[in-house]
This record gives sequence, structure tokens and C-alpha cells, in this order.
Amino acid sequence: MTDLLETRAIGRDPVRRDGTDKVRGTATYAYETPVANPAYCHPVQAAIARGRVTRIDTSAAEAAEGVLAVLTPATAERLASTEDAELAVLQGDEVAFRGQFVGVVVAESSEGARRAAELVRVEYDEAPHDVVLTADRGDLYAPEKVNPAFPTDTAEGAVDDALAAAPVTVRQTYTTPMYHNNPLEPHATTALWDEEALTLWDSTQGVHPDRAAICRVFGLAEDRVRVICPYVGGGFGSKGTPHAHVVLAALAARAVPGRPVKLALTRQQMFSLAGYRTPTIQRVQLGAERDGRLVAIAHDVIEQTSRIKEFAEQTAVVSRHVYAAPNRRTTHRLAALDVPVPSWMRAPGECPGMFAPEVAVDELAAELGVDPVELRIRNEPDVDPDSGRPFSSRGLVQCLREGAERFGWHDRDPRPAVRRDGEWLVGTGVASSIYPAMRQPSSAVIRYEAGRYVARIGAADLGTGAWTVLPQITADALGVAGEDVDVLIGDTDHPTASVAGGSSGTSSWGSALVAAARAFREKFGTDPEDGDEMDGSSGRNPEAEDYAMFAFGAQFVEARVHADTGEVRVPRLVGVFDAGRIVNPRTARSQFLGGMTMGLSMALEEESVLDPRFGHVVNHDLAEYHVAVDADVGDVQAHWLDRPDPHVNPMGSKGIGEIGIVGTAAAVSNAVHHATGVRVRDLPITLDKLLAALP
Amino acid sequence: MDADITLHVDGVSRPVTVDTRTTLLDALRERLGVTSPKKGCDHGQCGACTVLLDGRRVLACLALAVAHDGREVTTADGLGSDGALHPVQRAFLDHDGFQCGYCTPGQVCSAVGALDELGSGWASAVTPDGAQPRLDHDEVAERMSGNLCRCGAYVGIVAAVTAAGARR
Repeated sequence: MTDLLETRAIGRDPVRRDGTDKVRGTATYAYETPVANPAYCHPVQAAIARGRVTRIDTSAAEAAEGVLAVLTPATAERLASTEDAELAVLQGDEVAFRGQFVGVVVAESSEGARRAAELVRVEYDEAPHDVVLTADRGDLYAPEKVNPAFPTDTAEGAVDDALAAAPVTVRQTYTTPMYHNNPLEPHATTALWDEEALTLWDSTQGVHPDRAAICRVFGLAEDRVRVICPYVGGGFGSKGTPHAHVVLAALAARAVPGRPVKLALTRQQMFSLAGYRTPTIQRVQLGAERDGRLVAIAHDVIEQTSRIKEFAEQTAVVSRHVYAAPNRRTTHRLAALDVPVPSWMRAPGECPGMFAPEVAVDELAAELGVDPVELRIRNEPDVDPDSGRPFSSRGLVQCLREGAERFGWHDRDPRPAVRRDGEWLVGTGVASSIYPAMRQPSSAVIRYEAGRYVARIGAADLGTGAWTVLPQITADALGVAGEDVDVLIGDTDHPTASVAGGSSGTSSWGSALVAAARAFREKFGTDPEDGDEMDGSSGRNPEAEDYAMFAFGAQFVEARVHADTGEVRVPRLVGVFDAGRIVNPRTARSQFLGGMTMGLSMALEEESVLDPRFGHVVNHDLAEYHVAVDADVGDVQAHWLDRPDPHVNPMGSKGIGEIGIVGTAAAVSNAVHHATGVRVRDLPITLDKLLAALP
Repeated sequence: MDADITLHVDGVSRPVTVDTRTTLLDALRERLGVTSPKKGCDHGQCGACTVLLDGRRVLACLALAVAHDGREVTTADGLGSDGALHPVQRAFLDHDGFQCGYCTPGQVCSAVGALDELGSGWASAVTPDGAQPRLDHDEVAERMSGNLCRCGAYVGIVAAVTAAGARR
């Protein structure tokens, strides 16, 4: 049992400490770092999807006014490590996807750099490319593991026999499209090489992992690279690991020593260079008894990766943990294509992976004539079906029950397409959510000075609230008021911290701060002197060997579908979450609401359309890649059980950044079916998929 | 080609030499070091660069600096007075109408402009024909829909703008 904190500051809802700077716009993001006499970068990108660069003519670019340097594969320095092919920038003439970097211009102004980049002439030996994911490709393969280190396939029992013998089955194929993270702040880096050391003001979800990657690539010792990032303008996974532009900015900085350089990807460039969520093709088969108890679950996933670097999204992993069934199978198969490198996007695995099975469960409920909430409750496992371990805490049933109560689910007529309000068909739907409660090694230091405690840790605040909640945690660990504590983050000069990813940030950093605070009190007592300082760290959670640790949630949706046009509106979205103890209700609510809103956006709007002729995303901007706006969002509510988990960390918290998005799209699809009788198994739910079949 | 112009930014006269291709946004951010307006798309699609130009909200990325010689530009950093935040900014804090903060200065400027427009009786797409617009969820959500927030803080944003509007 973890030694849980007594909470005084935790549970309060102070306003964000960085709030004033953010509403004024004075919080400085990476590109905005005030540096003397900056130069500006603009990349040159490959105009083919596969082949070889045969010649680059930089003469016109080099002659353009204000140009300081033009780097190409022929002139860029050789990197120390090219093991990570995504980061092996300008190291060869092979083109692996359209939009790949083939050069960069450094100039006195951003306009000058952009103009000169257009003057670089690149000739290619083009090869036929292959960019289309289909389920019947002959070259699908099983990766060695799926992100980050889960088994590719699992099997228990005799799934096919159980499916054949089951009195009721659902066997369907579901698809999710390619998605792009699209944080509002484009990926950006300000870089300075002073001949001895490299300083990167980089928009990153983790300064230390960012530095480690750059040090590997350039063969630099860690004490020669500093990464600074006080604010991140959103990441959603796309800034969790450095992409090629960080290496490009560093290369540019090293080409003009002593001169800081600035590089920001354009919104269009972000569609080929900053990661994305793979499209998925998911075959789900459920077998059940007449009473609704599942006897078999099969979840077989096909998705893509890039030819140069493998990223295997762990889409089917959810089906190892959510529902009890004696016979279970999950598989992942990949196609390696001539496409940009996929990566993390909010709840990689769980988010697309819960869409298919949670719609399938709704289909099973309809088939059985059992209420969809009740069907889920009937399949609640006693222990984690995959590992056999008990759950550290599992509040899914309570989330479903409380959500049903709050939403007004109990008198729901299960028949589809029978409710009409004027021109609108009305329906309701539900889905479950699950997300692992992870903790990663981190360290922190606390110093007492002039009546205040100042803690430092290389954490990141992507809008998650770290600037605000880490002082709350530290205050409770020290037994002082929140106002007496400062926590400084976002700098590799602070103690090493883990990435803000996998909803593990607060859990990991909070554990380190608690360890440092307890060590401080043990050494200096409650009456320290100025300058007293103590560090502490937390490793992997040993209790993870004994317990399965997850956050849970249930989303309820009211959908209205226009009877003539098929337009879908979602006036109501209610989520109830079991995410352990909530550290700050104000920032936590925003996390849950933000996740659910992104789930709504995924359900109805988002889709990156890859042109098979050219291998690029045609709708590569925010006018054509639609994300939810104010007018798409109605009454969205987030509630939580606020039950501390006794095993995950000393705060009793679980992660909250991703659970909100997980089940939302399935709940929307289920509500649309209830409204119209049309089952949309291919996201997004656009009106063309409804029109022909509307009642 | 360069041009010498003067912009009045947050109450301060700022002479600046700009390339005639330079947008108002880049002139502010890269020439004058005024980074309160943000660049999210550079194409007028996200609203992060919204500023008030002579009191009206505009997208600074779609304005050429050279065409705005002598004009008054107000950014989110210049909205408050005597060191205090503008009521719209205060409402964004109270309602947690943001997370990462990158779209926020644009949201704030857009909200100030939108509330002025609504107060002046300008109709929006959701105003019933012939009616005066009312300060309610649908009007605010419609008028603020040109400002994208990828963190999905819309519930807080609409609440903040509505609350600030009610206090006007």
C-alpha cells in the first residue's frame, strides 16, 4: 500500500499560476524566445513520395538577399547516429515519403528564408510509391511488439470454437481514418550553437527525453546540450518525442555558430513531419450467451507504419482488459508504406481501439435486447482478464451507473429511429473508457529560501496544469500552504523528469516531488534554514507487479440527426470518470472536457485524406482538416468519483489527460444509431454515410 | 522592397521597416518582438493571431503590415489598464477558458471584438431574422467559432465570454 498524502492543498481549485501570462499572451513559447539577432530557417521538402534526390541546385538560393546558409544532404554535417531514420536528417539521398526534408535555408528574415527555399531546385529519380492501407494486402506483417512494449498478439482459450458455438455473435469490421494531432502551436525550435554547447528552446512534452535524443543524434555529451521549454502550445503526443525539425534546427544552428536560429513548421508541413495517428481497420468478433455474458472476444487490427521507422499502435490492447470472457484474442498487423512516420496521438491505442469494440458491444446489446449499460455491467471482470491480477481500483460500473443517473438514461426506449423532435431524429448512446495508470521514474529537488520552498523538476505543462498542480502536491508533502511553494519546470538544468505522455506526468513528477519533500523533512525537520536543499526521486512503481492499474470512464451522448440532410449535432455529452483522487478540480475538469471535445471532433469531423497519386494529405490545413469549434459543442459535463487509488502513487491519483477521448467517438456512433437506425462503423460520421439510409 | 511605417501597438508608437511582403503578424512578432498574437496557421483559419485594429477584431496573418501604417493595434497584452486585466481576461481565468494558452490571446481579443459587435446589434448566423441578438450560448459560440482551441476549452470559453458580456 502506497503511503498516501494527507490532503489540504490537493483537492482545492486554485486558478492556473501561468494564467495571467497566458491571457495576456506574455507566456513565451519556443519560437518567441527573446534572443539577440536571430536568423530564420525554412525547410526544403521532397516533392516525391519515393525515390532518390539526384541533384540539388542551391545557387539561386545562395545568391538571394540575406541568405546565410543552405544545407542539403551534400553539405550538411554527418550525424553521429542515424539509427533513428526519422531523425537522420539530410544524411542521404533516399526519399521515403513526400514532404521529407531535403534541405534547409537559413536567412536574415523569415520571408527571405522562405523565398530562398523556393529557389532551391531539386531533381529526383522517382520510384513508384505505395501508400494505401488495405486489409487484403499480401505484405502485412506482425511487429515484434506494439507501442510501447506490449505483446503483438495474445490468445487465451479457443476463440474460434467459442464464437462458432455462441448463441449470439457480432462480427463486424470498423475503421478509423488517419488523424493529425494539430496542436495550435506549430512545432517550433529556437536553437543556438556557441561552438561548445547547444541550447534548444524547443516546444516539447519532455525536455530530458528531447535532450537525450538530440545528444544521441549529434554524439554530444548531455552536459553540452540544454533544452528549455516553460510553455507548450499543445502537443497531444506530437511533441512527446522529437521529430525531424528539431534535428534540422540544430543542424542550422551549427552551420551559423553564435547566431540563434528559429524554425517553426508551417501548418501544412505539420501534416508530413510531426507524427499522426495511423488509420486502423479493426475486425471485432463478440460471442455471447443469451443473458449477455461474453464467451469470446476477438479483436484483430490492421494499421500502417512508415517504411523507414516502425510505430505499431497498440490498438487492440484494450480488449485484453475491459471485459471478462474466457476466450480472447488480440492481434496487430502492419503495412510498411511510403508515408510519413506515425507516432503518438492522444491515447494511442486506447482511443481508436475502444471505438470498434464499444460499437460492437452496442450492436450486441441491440441483438440481445439488453440495455447497453446493463450489458457492460454484466461483463465486469473480477480481476484483470489479461494478467489475472486484481485491479488497484476499478470504478467502471460506478461510472456507468452514475453517468446513467446524471444523463437520465433509465427510461430510455431502446428502439432505434423512433424519436423525432421537429426535423431532428434524436438518440442516446453510451460507451466505456479505459486508460492505463502509469508512472515513470523522475527526480526533483527542493530548496528552502527566505520563507519559501522552491522545487525544481524538468516537467512540462502542455496546458495540463503542471505549473499549478505540482505546487499543490509539494505543499501537502511538506505540510505547508500551497502559496508557500514554487515549482519550476521545463528546463534540463532541473532534475531529470519523464515525458508528459501516457497520462503519467502528474503521477510521475508528483511522486518525485513527494519523495524529495519527505527526504527534506527527514533531514531538516520542519524548521529549515535558508539554503537547505534536498533531492529525491521515484522509480517504477513496485506495486505494478501486483496490481493492474487503470483509469476508467463512461461517456453518454445525445445525438440529433437532421431527418432531411443527415447533419449530426451533439447537444449533450456527459462523462463520469474514475481517475483516482483529483488534484485540482479546475484544471482536471478542463482535461476531461478537452478529451471529450476532441473525441467529439474525432467522431464527426476529423479525417486526413491521403491522395494515393501523390502520397500527401490533401486537406493539410485547418480549413479542410476540420476540428470542433465552439458552435459544435453543446452541454459537455465531466464528473468524477474522486476515490483515491491506494496503489498508483502517494497522491492517490490516476492519469486524466487521455481517458476523456477514449470512448467518446463510440458513444456518438451508438447515439447516432439510436437516433436513425443507421450503424456507422467507419469514422468520421459524416452525413453522406447517413443520408441514403435515413428513415 | 522595404517600407518604413509606424504602428501604434498597445498605446506605443513603434516605427518599423518592413519588407512589403511582411504580414502584420510577422511585423509584430519578428520585427517588434510583440509575441502576444500567435501564429497557428498563417492562413486565417485558426484565429490565434486575432488583434484589435482600430477597435475591430482582425486576423493579423491576413493583413499586410505596409497597408496599416499609422493604425492602432491592440493585442491581448494591451487590453488591460493600470496593470489590471481586462474583464474578459479575468473571466477566462475564472472559467478556465484555456489550457495550453496558445490560442488564448487571440480568443481574448476576438471575445472583446465579438462582445462589441453583439452590443452594437450586429446579427450573426444564428440571430433570428429581424431580432436583436441576445447574449446567450448560441450567439457567443457562433461568434467565437473562428477561434480554434485544440485543447477543447470551449465550454470554459463560452462561459467566460458570456459572463464577461453580462457584466458590460
